[in-house]
Amino acid sequence: MKLELQGITKRFGPLVANDAIDLVVEPGQIHALLGENGAGKSTLMNVLFGLYTADEGTILLDGQERTFRGPRDALAAGIGMVHQHFMLVPVFTVAESVMLGHEDTRGGGFLDLDTARRRVRELSDRFGFGLDPDAVVEDLPVGVQQRVEIVKALAREAKVLILDEPTAVLTPQETDDLIGIMRQLKDAGTSIVFITHKLREVKEVADTITVIRRGAVVGSAQPDASENQLAELMVGREVSLGLDKAPPTLGDVTFVVEGLTVRDSTGHTAVDGVSFSVAQGEILAVAGVQGNGQTELTEAILGVLPADAGSVTLAGRELVGMSPHDILAAGLGFVPEDRKVEGLVLDFTVGENLVLDRYDTAPFARGVGLDLKALRRNAQERIAEYDIRTQGHGQEVGRLSGGNQQKVVVARELSRPLKLFIASQPTRGVDVGSIEFLHRRIVAERDAGTPVIIVSTELDEVAELADRIAVMYEGRIVGIVAGDTPRSVLGLMMAGVPLEEAREQAREDAEPEDGAPGTPVDTGTTSTSATGDEQ
Amino acid sequence: MSEQQAPPPGAAAPVPTRSADPAEHTAGTGGRASQVLREVSTGSLGVTVLAFVLALVIGAVLIIAVDDDVAAAAGYLFARPADFFSAAWSAVADAYSALFRGAVINYRADDLAGVIHPLTETLTAATPLIIAALGVAVGFRAGLFNIGAQGQVIMGATVSGLVGFAWHLPVGIHLVVALLGGVVAGGLWAGIAGFLKARTGAHEVIVTIMLNYVALYLLQYLLTTSLFSTGNQPKSRSVDPSAQLPLLLGDQFRLNAGFLLAILAAVFVWWLMTRSTIGFRFRAVGSNAHAARTAGMSVTATFVLVMVVSGALAGLAGATQVLGTEKFLTDGIAGTLGFDAITVALLGRSKPLGIFLAGLLYGGLNVGGRVMEVSTGTPIDIVLVIQSLVVLFIAAPPLVRAVFRLPSPETKEVAA
Repeated sequence: MKLELQGITKRFGPLVANDAIDLVVEPGQIHALLGENGAGKSTLMNVLFGLYTADEGTILLDGQERTFRGPRDALAAGIGMVHQHFMLVPVFTVAESVMLGHEDTRGGGFLDLDTARRRVRELSDRFGFGLDPDAVVEDLPVGVQQRVEIVKALAREAKVLILDEPTAVLTPQETDDLIGIMRQLKDAGTSIVFITHKLREVKEVADTITVIRRGAVVGSAQPDASENQLAELMVGREVSLGLDKAPPTLGDVTFVVEGLTVRDSTGHTAVDGVSFSVAQGEILAVAGVQGNGQTELTEAILGVLPADAGSVTLAGRELVGMSPHDILAAGLGFVPEDRKVEGLVLDFTVGENLVLDRYDTAPFARGVGLDLKALRRNAQERIAEYDIRTQGHGQEVGRLSGGNQQKVVVARELSRPLKLFIASQPTRGVDVGSIEFLHRRIVAERDAGTPVIIVSTELDEVAELADRIAVMYEGRIVGIVAGDTPRSVLGLMMAGVPLEEAREQAREDAEPEDGAPGTPVDTGTTSTSATGDEQ
Repeated sequence: MSEQQAPPPGAAAPVPTRSADPAEHTAGTGGRASQVLREVSTGSLGVTVLAFVLALVIGAVLIIAVDDDVAAAAGYLFARPADFFSAAWSAVADAYSALFRGAVINYRADDLAGVIHPLTETLTAATPLIIAALGVAVGFRAGLFNIGAQGQVIMGATVSGLVGFAWHLPVGIHLVVALLGGVVAGGLWAGIAGFLKARTGAHEVIVTIMLNYVALYLLQYLLTTSLFSTGNQPKSRSVDPSAQLPLLLGDQFRLNAGFLLAILAAVFVWWLMTRSTIGFRFRAVGSNAHAARTAGMSVTATFVLVMVVSGALAGLAGATQVLGTEKFLTDGIAGTLGFDAITVALLGRSKPLGIFLAGLLYGGLNVGGRVMEVSTGTPIDIVLVIQSLVVLFIAAPPLVRAVFRLPSPETKEVAA
């Protein structure tokens, strides 16, 4: 089925989210929609899927004009969508999930689960999904849940499949599997619209690429375009991918975590006996798929979550048991993983957010009074230093773009002398230009001699920044490896495969090149705890 | 307000991660409730004014509906429609002009005192409303719904009154001690709710409501004891003159120095919320407790402090009521002050100046409503309806916008 979008315009109030977008998806083609967060990709697809009504423009299917009043219409017309966040009922089985919304019934209104089961098995066998129709969704790994979503769409005979940021939640191996599935679907004649901001994947799988920036199509490219070219199109100016960072100059090991065990609020052990250490002037990246204990690890270090067991020492001082306030005062700079939830008070001004953790200390406080002048001066300095694009220090932070919001958080945390800097997902949802800037700042902090911990689910970011990489899986550290460890090895480790095995397996997979395995620099279990003992 | 407006379903780029995280500590934000609260308390001035207009219009309809002359004219509506409309017009005009005469300026009075008397009554009635509403607003800004202003007003009045009539201190000192007694009592009473919330996660709405009952029945009991009461009446002895708030305009008027305290309280709350580190913390916890905690603020300690400040103001309101206006205690000393204060805080959008104006408006409606009832026979309940409708409309900005066909505010967040 050939899909054409002509002159699609969608406005939200004064904001034009889509500006006269034209897009043609040929049958059996993988069409990548590339753009930064906020560029308008998802809006466009939501228009196509019937979730929004376009203000202007037409949708043509095989040359016929169609209007969709809702997802039901779109589904009936053969358009399927896999959302970034899955629309699955956790307690349903795979078969139930697939039939949800268009349940087959037998006489008397009984659900015809057998038909659904058969259909799941059929599709699963045909594309090699390996799905058990009776498995319960919540027990399945994320990658498999995604396949359930795809089967849902296919079961409704989708001819055009929209995948919205499908790789955001996947391990590298799962991503490879997904790419395989996309190729098979394509061979079977399904058109795929692949929404992403990851250049590597686009180059690997797309037949043609359309780049969207600020709601408008700014160009199209072939997959053989270089990553730099694509990034330039996406950002609108030259960007340098790849950071030139000097090798680390290691100082003393001042930050040591030993046997740290943390339970989340549901009582589930989220961090299970984790040990590692970071030296001054070193960046340790904690890699792993989202939800493997990284969040709880950082929150325990900050003191927001209580530690069940273990110790955390910074410059010889035990942090476990101290309040977040005192830990921050002890020299921790902390960039939380979700700036909108933990990092910023969105209806506070830029200036207020820049002192959120220092409002009660000099020079911002005089007694119980706030020194608004000092606040303003600080804001103006940080805005200039970090190139925060804002109408002024008095603007509400919630009105800034994601990248600028993140700059506010990072500026705040780096604007005081630190003994340890922790940044979780420092560039999530941040535009490419700001990523470059933030990465430079983080490396600069390292070079100033601060131990740095970066938690990231993006392997690109990990590879870019890390001097060493600790891979977490189900609350444990699978291994700590050198910063130049190949992605294939890291990917396997992120799925829980121990280091040696992962290296073995990666070598087999990628014979003969790609054979430079990472050297284990630290096994992670009996790390140097010298400074901790000196105390 | 626009930034709190929910985008159309799916409009926002789905924010990853934490939303599904159950790690909401007991001390976390109130979620939906506080969202609504913030929406109400930060609504635009335009909506407030339009809500008031709309409420007056509906009030007019009710006045017409209950007026006897109009009902009579309606009997022959089709024969002589003009009668009906003139009767309706005069009913509304009479009622609202009586309301105005009773609340602001009595242009029919013979002397100057008579002319400004309604205004001084309005200021007197507004005094405790403004102070208590400031207390409620401090809670709102910090994300806490202090429903217990009523109980805190009662406790404040009780202790102030007790100090006022049971102790006999020198002039000057007596008044200060009596006022402080009310402030401390109100603060401690609300502090109970703050402490329970911080320690056990007990919701402040439930605890404060229950404490309202405790305070009321405690006062009723105390009024039967010999410490408070002399006779058989459920009424306390009178407050010593040395503990009374001085009158501002002489014996003819009830307006007293409590009104100056209301002005001072408004200035204090403005300073506290915008110019002090304490207010900074209150607002941060109120807007985003997660971010506040991550920035090292103690959310639980903040809850306690917020409730204490909020209750202290309500206690002061009770003190002005007993030391300024009533001079003795009855179990009706608080009237419906504590609940009206919530309304006034909402109406004033939790800002000191807004609350000051809203308190005057509310006090005026209360005072004027009585005059309206006496002089035109229009039930005072209509005023209650108007008061309630104003808040109802403010709480539903889309409704007001729909009625006046205003454009909806821009949707800020756009899909990725």
